[in-house]
Amino acid sequence: MSFSSVRNPPPFLDSEDQEPEYDTRELDSDDGEDIFTGSETDPTTDIFSEEGSFTVEKNHPPAKTNGVQSDEELDLFAEATVELTLTTPNSRGRKEIIGPTGPLSTTMKLEEEESGDTFELNIAVTNPEKMGDGMNAYMTYKVSTQTTLPAFHIKTFSVRRRFSDFLGLYEKLSVKHHLMGCIIPPPPQKSVVGMTKVKVGKEDPSSAEFVEKRRAALERYLQRVVAHPALLQDSDVQEFLEREELPRAVNTQALSGSGFLKMINKASDAVNKMTIKMNESDNWFESKLQEVENEEQLLRRLHASVDSLVNHRKEMCINTAMFAKSVAMLGSSEENSALSRALSQLAEVEDKLEQLHQEQAFSDFFILTELLADYVRLLGAVRVRNSLFYGTLLKYTFCCSWQRWQEAQATLQKKREAEAKLLWANKPDKLQQAKEDLTEWEAKVGQCERDFERISSTLRKEVHRFEKEKCRDFKHHIVKYLESLLRSQHRVVKCWEAFLPEAKAIV
Amino acid sequence: MRSVSVDLNNDSSLLIDIPDALCERDKVKFTVHTKTTLNSFQKPEFSVPRQHEDFIWLHDTLVETEEYAGLIIPPAPPKPDFEGPREKMHKLGEGESTMTKEEYAKMKQELEAEYLAVFKKTVQVHEIFLQRLSSHPVFSKDRNFQIFLEYDQDLSVRRKNAKEFFGGFFKNMVKSADEVLISGIKDVDEFFEQEKTFLLDYFSKIKDATAKAEKMTRSHKNVADDYIHISATVILHTGVPRKVEGRVASDQELKLTELLRYYMRDIQAAKDLLYRRARALADYENSNKALDKARLKSKDIPQAEENQRQCLQKFDKLSESGKQELTSFKGRRVVAFRKNLIEMAELEIKHAKVRIKSAVCSEHNLFTHN
Repeated sequence: MSFSSVRNPPPFLDSEDQEPEYDTRELDSDDGEDIFTGSETDPTTDIFSEEGSFTVEKNHPPAKTNGVQSDEELDLFAEATVELTLTTPNSRGRKEIIGPTGPLSTTMKLEEEESGDTFELNIAVTNPEKMGDGMNAYMTYKVSTQTTLPAFHIKTFSVRRRFSDFLGLYEKLSVKHHLMGCIIPPPPQKSVVGMTKVKVGKEDPSSAEFVEKRRAALERYLQRVVAHPALLQDSDVQEFLEREELPRAVNTQALSGSGFLKMINKASDAVNKMTIKMNESDNWFESKLQEVENEEQLLRRLHASVDSLVNHRKEMCINTAMFAKSVAMLGSSEENSALSRALSQLAEVEDKLEQLHQEQAFSDFFILTELLADYVRLLGAVRVRNSLFYGTLLKYTFCCSWQRWQEAQATLQKKREAEAKLLWANKPDKLQQAKEDLTEWEAKVGQCERDFERISSTLRKEVHRFEKEKCRDFKHHIVKYLESLLRSQHRVVKCWEAFLPEAKAIV
Repeated sequence: MRSVSVDLNNDSSLLIDIPDALCERDKVKFTVHTKTTLNSFQKPEFSVPRQHEDFIWLHDTLVETEEYAGLIIPPAPPKPDFEGPREKMHKLGEGESTMTKEEYAKMKQELEAEYLAVFKKTVQVHEIFLQRLSSHPVFSKDRNFQIFLEYDQDLSVRRKNAKEFFGGFFKNMVKSADEVLISGIKDVDEFFEQEKTFLLDYFSKIKDATAKAEKMTRSHKNVADDYIHISATVILHTGVPRKVEGRVASDQELKLTELLRYYMRDIQAAKDLLYRRARALADYENSNKALDKARLKSKDIPQAEENQRQCLQKFDKLSESGKQELTSFKGRRVVAFRKNLIEMAELEIKHAKVRIKSAVCSEHNLFTHN
């Protein structure tokens, strides 16, 4: 993993209580230790900050500028896209709003706020190309970015990436952001079968379909990543978009199946073992988790229904085509010439309808099915001990930070007692030490409390943001679907209207 | 459904309809209602309950009446078939626990509509059978037809007797006479030769078209059912496309498939007429041969001559009425197709427009909601 090698995280401001061993290799190993003990490392980027520490990951939204934070609470724009706040010293209090991405052709226009500028970033994934031969072959995709963000050196650029690069990006992001309570969009899944077909070089429609599915999924993945304000500013994301050659991401095993499962098992165990009761903010959390679970169920069912719809529509296409042929035969056999003409017209109409059904099936699939599949995954398709992956992950983060706070408080209490004892025992030099100790721990407790609050607040905002994003995503896709339905229905009307006079002409 | 066979029930001297029917488990009981000005009936208006088997009995007696050999016997109505919706109901019941309440309610509603559609269809098909008889100059006077309409007792006794008497022997002979027609003996009469060629070819084509149409409407129904599941599950409003898809599926079913199915059976009936005529021709040719043999042996010549004369007479009668029947059949078929195709096209347009409207509406709703 390239995480630890590229940058040296600066010492964090209050990092005395930094938990030990974030060993990135453990993501891959089978019995990793307590993997999520907060790495509060904070890779700075040179892109935005000047002197100030660029702490978007940690302070999202930023707690340092309180005025900004309160604005964040209000949902100022009904149709708002994504808000991003930077805490560079120059731009403190200034908001820059970056919209969600769409394909290069359709740019979604953004809202302005206060004195803020608007920036755009559009991403498209295109041009799949096969490189190499045989079993070592792989597909690369062109990732094109078009942006007005100052973070990037040029406005339009593209790079070629392969699938494992996308997985590698996810790994890096999840390492950094999961602990903050962010919901990171997962990448499309690996598929041994699909890829093998492609590698072997079968030029059949199913492997073309596979590549297309994957291309579209990768595009959606990137679009979701950059729609997330914290991730957009992430250097790994920017590097992914910009840099010519990426070091090869190895060990992307962890991302599919068993690696994740093991991580989550550990987290789930740890949560269950926590005996410290949480306060009432837990209720919000619990009920949210429940909502998410219910929704996941719903989406799964919906996905199954839409899948069935696609199949049945395809079947209908075949049957309509056969019927059209049959009617044509009947028409040719018919002795009444006007009726014969009408019947062959009917055959043509049915043929056209079949084409329309085909297209509709295609749109059913790509618009609805893939969207649903995405969200089933986003909500955490990996279910472990009957809880969702993300739910467990977030809960774990939440509980850990709570626990740290409680433990710090407990230690503080002990120190106070120790101080009191020393006071009583009248040992002035030790007393001084004890007093210093106490101050130190009071600060720690304060920090833990702030951390907890921050994480708690981040979590809520993340969930809120996610829900908004999801709503918008669904709406957008359903509108697209309705539009495609509209288009095809107009054509259906035209077909039948052309047929009607022929039918009326029968004598 | 009316448009399957037009110009029925116009003659007010004998008006027949099936105003209602009861479905008891497997059996359907039709109420056959007659209004007549004819003296041959005891009352001017009356109703009787009849089962599907009674219709079959009536049809069979007509087929087996020698006198009607030169006529196209209207095809018997098919047995009421509730198997499809019944099976679906069963499956729905089993799957109830896996669905939301809304989904279940919608599916149930849809199935009930399907059931009702099958029911309506079977009533109409039985009704049309009777109406074809009543509007035919010869059949309307048939004694058995009158009994069917009037007899206020159960017909099952008569049914049993008929079966024993005829034993379906006649019918079997007709069926296996397919070879007689196809065997390629060219008919002297141009009209019948053409008819034979046309009907044989047309029959196989229409049979194929009917099968394909049924498959198509079935998969259309599947798509409609999927939409039900989806719309019941989805939080946003996509309800209307489902309803319209469902209705389109059943409209297509009614119009096109029923038309094809009906005419497939009707053409089979026309073919039957040709068989009978072909057999009469064969009989005539045999009687000729018999007469020659008799003349050679100088034995039983008058019987042979009489036989030959009768065969010729029968054949001529068959040919004459056959020609008439087949000609009017052509006309009837073309008219029915025309009406049907027009209605179907108009319905398709109507429904497509409704779908467009509802899609626009849904889109609008999405924008004005959250």
